Amino acid sequence: MKRIVLWLASTATVLVLLFGYRTSTNATPLSAGASIASAGRAGATSAAPSSTSSSGTSTAADASTAAGASTAAASASPSSTSPAAAAAATTSYTGSVAQTRWGPVQVDITVSAGHISAVDVVQYPQGNGRDQQINAYALPILVQDTLNAQSAKIDMVSGATVTSNGYVQSLQSALDQAGL
Amino acid sequence: MITDVAPGPDTGRVHRHVEHVMGMPISLALRGSHADTAVGRRAWASVMDQLREVDRVFSTYRHDSVVNRLDRGELTVDQCPRDVPEVLALGRVAEDESGGAFSIWLPDDNGRRRLDPSGIVKGWAVQRASRELSALDDTDFSLSAGGDMVCHTTDPDRAPWRIGIEHPLHPGTLIAVVPVRSGAVATSGAAHRGQHIIDARTGRPARGVASVTVIGPSLTWADIDATAAYAHGREAADWLRARIGRTALVVWPDATTTIIDGAAHPVPASQARPMG
Repeated sequence: MKRIVLWLASTATVLVLLFGYRTSTNATPLSAGASIASAGRAGATSAAPSSTSSSGTSTAADASTAAGASTAAASASPSSTSPAAAAAATTSYTGSVAQTRWGPVQVDITVSAGHISAVDVVQYPQGNGRDQQINAYALPILVQDTLNAQSAKIDMVSGATVTSNGYVQSLQSALDQAGL
Repeated sequence: MITDVAPGPDTGRVHRHVEHVMGMPISLALRGSHADTAVGRRAWASVMDQLREVDRVFSTYRHDSVVNRLDRGELTVDQCPRDVPEVLALGRVAEDESGGAFSIWLPDDNGRRRLDPSGIVKGWAVQRASRELSALDDTDFSLSAGGDMVCHTTDPDRAPWRIGIEHPLHPGTLIAVVPVRSGAVATSGAAHRGQHIIDARTGRPARGVASVTVIGPSLTWADIDATAAYAHGREAADWLRARIGRTALVVWPDATTTIIDGAAHPVPASQARPMG
């Protein structure tokens, strides 16, 4: 139950941030925000999130849709634009949310308006203790020099881009082979 | 702060796949219900199909790619697939937010600015393709494209993915490990391809930093931010601190490091409440 509340809170915050995302730069995100708001007002039946979303559990999708609808309704009024125009401007909106114990909110939203798309929202809700926890990503932990992949028990390697030519000698290659 | 880096209870066997596209290896680690099922393998095949299509459109190495034809003026943006204006728009946002250090318009040997959206395309494409995998029920994945990856964990009681961060000065060894449940890790550095990150403000290779690793919710922006921070050279860490909630590791040329805690620095008021 507590998790659901976290969900609603986090999704709502992200949506609020979405509405204002980069409004100062150009007009496109504004109309995107408005159109999502209008979708919410319409009862979230055609709520774009479900059309292209392919992530998360159904619970997650329900929660985010519900939150989206209520948030949209609540915060739509200040920036109400013509719903028709806004709907035409939005060609895709994908909500992709993954919940974990720490609640990192992963939301990837694509909005196309004519030739221009403003892409994913990566704002984190901040400002109180609970939000801080939602934001939490573990920090990198420095390790001893020369620690190799085996002794560190790692699953993947992040580093400067490995090309196909250089892959054979790479750490990731060793991991992949070990697992094959 | 999260410190549970030790492997947790039963995570199941990790199944791995590797294929190459866009000139780089794509590595997938899967665990959970569909780690070794036909459904899981179909999702992986879909990921690769998507990435091959992206390569056909965006490769700067293919003479006949859409992006090269656009750059030569043989196509207008209107004639391109819809992904192209989307990536161009992302490039404009990235250039703006990096103060011009990051750009998809980079000078070639003759000083002419050429369209090269490579710095956007990889992270964006892999983030999008990873949806095929996050649709798998009760299945965790880590999908890496040449060292930049999307991680996903469905069960909070399972161990996070453990991501090793390669030492930029001693390739083949690690400088750090970061546990990631769901999120993205991207590293920009010069270890494997020489000095290839250009500070678009000067048109010259960025200096003063050995590697930048960014951890965040989306590979699209983790990748852009890692490259943009690297392009800032000595100001890499300062620039990242001014970003919203980016967790990062910066390794300097003398092997010293700076860790940036994305949760520790508050969102500037102007970005926190942009409505109105």
